[in-house]
This record gives sequence, C-alpha cells and structure tokens, in this order.
Amino acid sequence: MKLRNSLIIGILFTTGFIGIFLGIRSATRDQGTSNILRRSYLFNEKIWSMVQSTERLSVNKPLPPPTKEPRVNGMLGLKTDLELKNYKIKIDQPKKSLTLQVEDFKLIPKTDYSTDFRCIEGWSEELHYAGARFSDFMEKYDLGKKPDGSFYQYVGLETPDGLYYVSIDMESMLHPQTVIAYEMNQHPLSLNNGAPIRLVIPIKYGIKSLKRIGRIFFSDSRPRDYWAERGYDWYSGL
Amino acid sequence: MKKSYSRVIRYAHWFNVPLLSIMMWSGVLIYWAHQAYYKLPSYLVEIFKISYRLAEGMSWHFFTMWFYSINGIIYLTYFFYTKRWRMIFPNKQSMRELIPFLIHNSSYEGIYNPAQRIAYTGAIFLNILAVISGLAIYKPVQLGILCTLLGGYESARLVHFLCLNGLGIFILIHIIQVIRAGWKNFRLMITGEEIEIKK
Repeated sequence: MKLRNSLIIGILFTTGFIGIFLGIRSATRDQGTSNILRRSYLFNEKIWSMVQSTERLSVNKPLPPPTKEPRVNGMLGLKTDLELKNYKIKIDQPKKSLTLQVEDFKLIPKTDYSTDFRCIEGWSEELHYAGARFSDFMEKYDLGKKPDGSFYQYVGLETPDGLYYVSIDMESMLHPQTVIAYEMNQHPLSLNNGAPIRLVIPIKYGIKSLKRIGRIFFSDSRPRDYWAERGYDWYSGL
Repeated sequence: MKKSYSRVIRYAHWFNVPLLSIMMWSGVLIYWAHQAYYKLPSYLVEIFKISYRLAEGMSWHFFTMWFYSINGIIYLTYFFYTKRWRMIFPNKQSMRELIPFLIHNSSYEGIYNPAQRIAYTGAIFLNILAVISGLAIYKPVQLGILCTLLGGYESARLVHFLCLNGLGIFILIHIIQVIRAGWKNFRLMITGEEIEIKK
C-alpha cells in the first residue's frame, strides 16, 4: 500500500518535472531565450543591482607587462575601415547633442586601473587601461542628467557602423572603474582592441566593453543590446 | 538497529536529482565556451550537443540555482537540527573500521558503513563548496571576498569545475552501489518505511 502510494507520487513527480522543463524550453521566446528564463535574468538583476555599490571595486592587480597585447576576442563592429582623420563621437540625450573628437577625451584628467578583465566565455586576464573616467566625462559636458537633476537610467553605446551596440545601467556607468579608454597595457589601442577609443567596464563581462565608440547616448528606456538580443543576460554584472 | 528515511530526507533527495542534473548539464554548457575546459571525449560532445550553447547554459544555471540552493538549505537545516550528521560524518571509530571493512567486509558500528560515511560526507561537502565557489565566480566583484578565499577568479572557476567532476563521480558510484544493494534497500528512499538491519 505504502509502496503503491509512493510510486504514484514518484510518477507524478517525474512527469511534473519533465513537464516543467519542457514547458520552460518551449515557452514564448523573449530576446533569444525562453521568457521564463528571461524573467529569471531580470529577477537576478534586481537583486544584484541592489547589492552593487560604486565603492566596491574589482581588485587591483599588478601591472601586466607593456609588451603584452591584450587578448582580442570579437571583431563585431570593427569590420569597416577606420578613418582616424575625421573620427567623431556623437553624444546625445533628449534635447541635447554634441560631437566630440578623441582629443576631447584626452583633455579630461587621465584615470588608469590594472585589474582582471573577464570574458563571458570564461577566460580572464589582467589588464591595464587608461582614459577618461566615464563619470568625469559626464560631469565635464553636463551629460546624463534630466532637468530635475536625476540621472537617465541607461547609457547606450554603438560602433560607428552601428553593427555592435550595448546598453548599460547608469549605476554601473558611474562606477569609478568605468573608463573611456584610449590606452591598454600602456600602449595606444590597437585596431583590433578598439582604436581609437573604447569602453572598459571591469564590473561587467567583456561583452559590455564596446570597442571603437561611435555614439554614446542617454535614455530612460533600455536601449538595444547585441548579446542580450541573443539570449544572454542584459545585466551581465560581476 | 532500524533504518528509515524521513519525509524531508526523501523529498530533498528526489528534488535534488533533477535540480542537480540541470545544474551539472547547464554548467557543462557554460564551461564548454572556454577552450581550457575542452576535456570531454568528442562523442559525448556530439551526443549531448554541447558546443556553442553558452547563453542557454547560463540562463538555465542562474534560474535553477535558486531552487537547488533552497533545497540544499532545507536539507542541511534538517540534517543538523535532527543531528542526523552523527550517523553520517566519519568519526574515530569509523575511521578505525574503514580498512578492515574494505578488505574483509568486517562489521561496523552504526547504520552506515565507514565507506558510506566518507562518500556521503564528501557529497554534502561538494554540494556546499559548489554553491560557494559558484557564487564566487558568478559575482567576482560584489562577492570578491569569496573569490580571494578560493585563490582568485581562475582558481575559483577550477574549484567549481572540480566540484562538478567530484559530484559526477559520486553519482556514478552511488548508482552502482544502489543497484548492488538491491530493491529492498532502494524502496526505503521511496516509501520511508523502516527496516531492521541485521548484521
């Protein structure tokens, strides 16, 4: 009797579990993944964005040798020819837009860090990078703030050809280690590492550190994000 | 001596089967995005279609982790609250009995034999370590302290990977031993009935 009841529970349990698994897999897709798993990404994001603090840094690491070329992983958005002569970076937010040159970022006091840079694929390496801290840049050009003084919620970045694009929450962009870099491992950026200017944000996976910035914009609605559209976690915070 | 499994133990055990399976399966999909971990034989990769499924692996891993951890916490709370650990953790006596038991199958004190005590304690330890090292590599900045304790990000990733392997080996041996022990023993984990152990 006991065994029969237990077996019935067992069968219900097994079919129930398989049903849940298949149900989640075949649920409506939301940006390249099941909408249930997408919601779980958003749930995790809510928790970790509460935990995150601008004071908590990715730990400092010894300076990597300057002869070391940082690892190149993706070439998305870098396939068109680079024209350095007339290179412009478009900046916009509602009711404000400006066009900057690479030199303008070099006028902002230089910030540098040496820390772990982590790829979502699992590898990591020590990286030294230098450039304009993103919050300094925002302050200098009075960007990212609405008339009431609060910040826009998101920052979007795109390559000049618009083929690679990311978006990041404002809190992470205000993190002190978030830098618009023009140097890596003490050398100017190489072509494959995002010359002339790129984002380095070590509190996110490398997919967010967009190379060759063509446009930076501020918005309250979440801008599109290349890898989030392909089933990855939009937040990708570390 | 009587052997039986209470309802909490049975449910925690059987919930852990699908939950841990998903954690291990999705974990392999994640590790498989990194060349350093290309160690599985290629026929396994083909059968389970493991390549290029990083996003899928991550989405399942970070969804299931909650249920897996909650189940583990319930189990451990019960485990310590009811002092169940006394019959599972190895003690001086069981360590003394281990070698004679393995060689001559000699008698031992308690419900679990000395080898079982080590294996089950190891499995519990690996599950706990998997959660801790998993948190360390999931949020290496916010939970940087865990990463540091485990010797840095790369080493924490390796620890997590070794937990996966250790649990895989445990499960394999566990299944073989359960089959060898027979239906009567297996029934205990299903029905919760008591049996008298004769020695």
